[in-house]
Amino acid sequence: MVRLQDLPVEELFTSGHRLCAGCGAGTIMRMTMKALRGPTVVVNATGCVEVASTIYPYSSWKVSWVHIAFENAAAVASGIEAAYKVLRRKGLWDKHVDVIAIAGDGGTFDIGIQALSGALERGHDFLYICYDNEAYMNTGIQRSGATPHGAATTTSPAGKKIPGKPEFKKDLIGICVAHGIEYAATASPAYWNDYITKVRKALEVNGPAVIHVFAPCPTGMRFDPSKSMEVARLAVQTRYWPVYEVEGGKYKLNIRVPQPKPLLDFLKMQGRFAHLFQPEAQRELEALQRWVEDNWKRIAALCGELT
Amino acid sequence: MSEKKLGWKSLPIGGYLLEPGSAMKYKTGDWRAFKPVIDQKKCINCLLCWIYCPDSAIIRLEKYVEVNYDYCKGCGICANECPVKCITMVEEER
Amino acid sequence: MGRVMGLTGNEAIAYAVKQCNVDVVAAYPITPQTIMVEVISEYVYNGEIDAEYICVESEHSALSACIGASLTGARVFTATASQGLALMHEMLYIASGLRCPIVMGVANRALSAPLNIHGDHSDMMGSRDCGWIQIYAENPQEAYDWIIQAFKIAEDHRVLLPASINIDGFILSHSMEKVEVLEDEDVSKFLPPRKPLITIDPTKPVTVGALCLPDYYFEVKFQQLQALRGSLNVIREVNADYEALSGRKYGFLEAYAMDDAEAAIICLGSTAGTAKTVAMALRKQGKKVGVIKPWVYRPFPEEELIKAIGDVKAIAVLDRACSFGAPFNALCSDVIATLYHYGKDLRVFNCLYGLGGRDITPSDLKLIFEEALEVAKTGKVKEYMKYVGVRE
Repeated sequence: MVRLQDLPVEELFTSGHRLCAGCGAGTIMRMTMKALRGPTVVVNATGCVEVASTIYPYSSWKVSWVHIAFENAAAVASGIEAAYKVLRRKGLWDKHVDVIAIAGDGGTFDIGIQALSGALERGHDFLYICYDNEAYMNTGIQRSGATPHGAATTTSPAGKKIPGKPEFKKDLIGICVAHGIEYAATASPAYWNDYITKVRKALEVNGPAVIHVFAPCPTGMRFDPSKSMEVARLAVQTRYWPVYEVEGGKYKLNIRVPQPKPLLDFLKMQGRFAHLFQPEAQRELEALQRWVEDNWKRIAALCGELT
Repeated sequence: MSEKKLGWKSLPIGGYLLEPGSAMKYKTGDWRAFKPVIDQKKCINCLLCWIYCPDSAIIRLEKYVEVNYDYCKGCGICANECPVKCITMVEEER
Repeated sequence: MGRVMGLTGNEAIAYAVKQCNVDVVAAYPITPQTIMVEVISEYVYNGEIDAEYICVESEHSALSACIGASLTGARVFTATASQGLALMHEMLYIASGLRCPIVMGVANRALSAPLNIHGDHSDMMGSRDCGWIQIYAENPQEAYDWIIQAFKIAEDHRVLLPASINIDGFILSHSMEKVEVLEDEDVSKFLPPRKPLITIDPTKPVTVGALCLPDYYFEVKFQQLQALRGSLNVIREVNADYEALSGRKYGFLEAYAMDDAEAAIICLGSTAGTAKTVAMALRKQGKKVGVIKPWVYRPFPEEELIKAIGDVKAIAVLDRACSFGAPFNALCSDVIATLYHYGKDLRVFNCLYGLGGRDITPSDLKLIFEEALEVAKTGKVKEYMKYVGVRE
């Protein structure tokens, strides 16, 4: 349990970055930085956070921070982790360093999946945080493997022939758990206590840990910037974004949603789903609703929860 | 923000930035169209606006919070999330 | 001075890496480099060297991990060839741009397509503009010596650039030759643990890899370019120190029988060895031929090349990689540009040879020397581009 009053006042992710007003990822970065326990190095993949927070000569980061490329946050983190390990062994370094790889859904689900898989399989001691705004937002809202079915993006537009993305979202945590890692979890920034607790827990893990956090994006998901946390909350309350953790392969539901709000409330808030409310897109809307239900049932069952 | 730009002889190598948090020199306050105004008498110091603000633009004081207008982008998350609705978004004077 | 061992090019490089007390090796196997990384893994798993060996899942991740490790201040090595080098192409530029003194062994191999596992220079030549120091070895001895020197050169604060040591795939990587190795203590004295300039030490936070918009990018790149150019001075110093230690003299290039040569061959790698043997035989017949073998290809040693060329009248430049669509291939282009730079007017022609590991024989080289002598006599080039041994 975390109390806001007890969180450090110091901002290790400072003001002055160029993230959009109301950016969910900005909130997530701040929360993440409040959860640190000691010397930390952040490895950031190319994306919204990286680009907006480090435009030369301005950097929002007061921890050591490294950006190398788009698809290799996990590989770079592996190198840093291994280097500190051997330097400590050789007596050339004396402290434990927490290595946190931060990447968007772009740098994780698609182009970054290989590096992530390799790093998880090798068992490096690091935390991987995927802030998921469900599209390649930084390059202009193109679809990713994390974009939900039916969402309109610039490469899966709400067209006359095909109304939004035909494919469904990948199960990132499932992929990570399949590697046999000790800890994986989902989170939403609207539930700051749950998220910060999870970051702290994940940092304690001796080995790889993955947190998949929903990052509301006013620009790409198309809603008023003031609604970011509301969207992040509704995502959970409609069962669209189940919040759970997997420890040693055992699933546990963290936020029960006994009386889910209607999914349509969540969808109606976002312009990227607006076309689904046309009669022509009835099938896609129903498919999305079915996917949300099936996904929830699957996760709940894994968590041993009676639905 | 109009500092003289360094040349290749004086830049740190590799484009490294040796001053952590130098973004504080870049004031994003002029992005705003609306600004949050906190009624500090009603503020219960719950700190929700502080933790949710993407721009670290809420300053924690002893009994309540205040807005750092140098950086506040006017997104309105604070006003939307405040449980006692003590924050109002007011249009910026031009 | 040392011991003599029978080592292949791959083994020689691996042995040198061990003696250099490397901290992190992240590599992915690819023919013909595989033995290099397998031998290093054996050293690590047997405790002969205290290093972290990361069995990465691709070459791209290999260099990514190396960059991360290098930024902590560790001494880092990797190795690859051909497709692997091509796969890490993006990261090559990032490694040099972020000034990481990584040393890489490349067992040069032809690039697909078609698929071919044998030796030519198309892999490294395809990435020659990446900002790395690039050195070509003629034999396993040179590979061994240059690896040790490369760490010292790369890690020098005036350089701080990655370096690749190139050996011809199979020809050098898999052929065993006599290699004189130094004693471990001598290498340790010559190459003490790395003293990094700036690291990502969490207690002194830095931001590495920021977005440099048009107002800063050029300056950062120019700084890098100056460092690469300036590395020639550091290479000279390190060569001198190494000669004092080993008795073996290196430089930017080797000039063989060039003093009164009328015609010369310029080429990289193992072919230079064959060329020198042929030149020696032709000299016995009174033919005035010589060989110039650049060791350092990047940064290109223009001044030394001009000095070595002297009063030669005709040069055949041998390239083992094709620059498709270019007037001349890579090495030849660099030679001609250097001649232009220094206002020297002599005849040059280009021979493209050995692609996909095709052998170049002493008789091939004899014909090339004779052609060059003919050009030196007549002052006219009949064919600017020759393709050695291509069937109609």
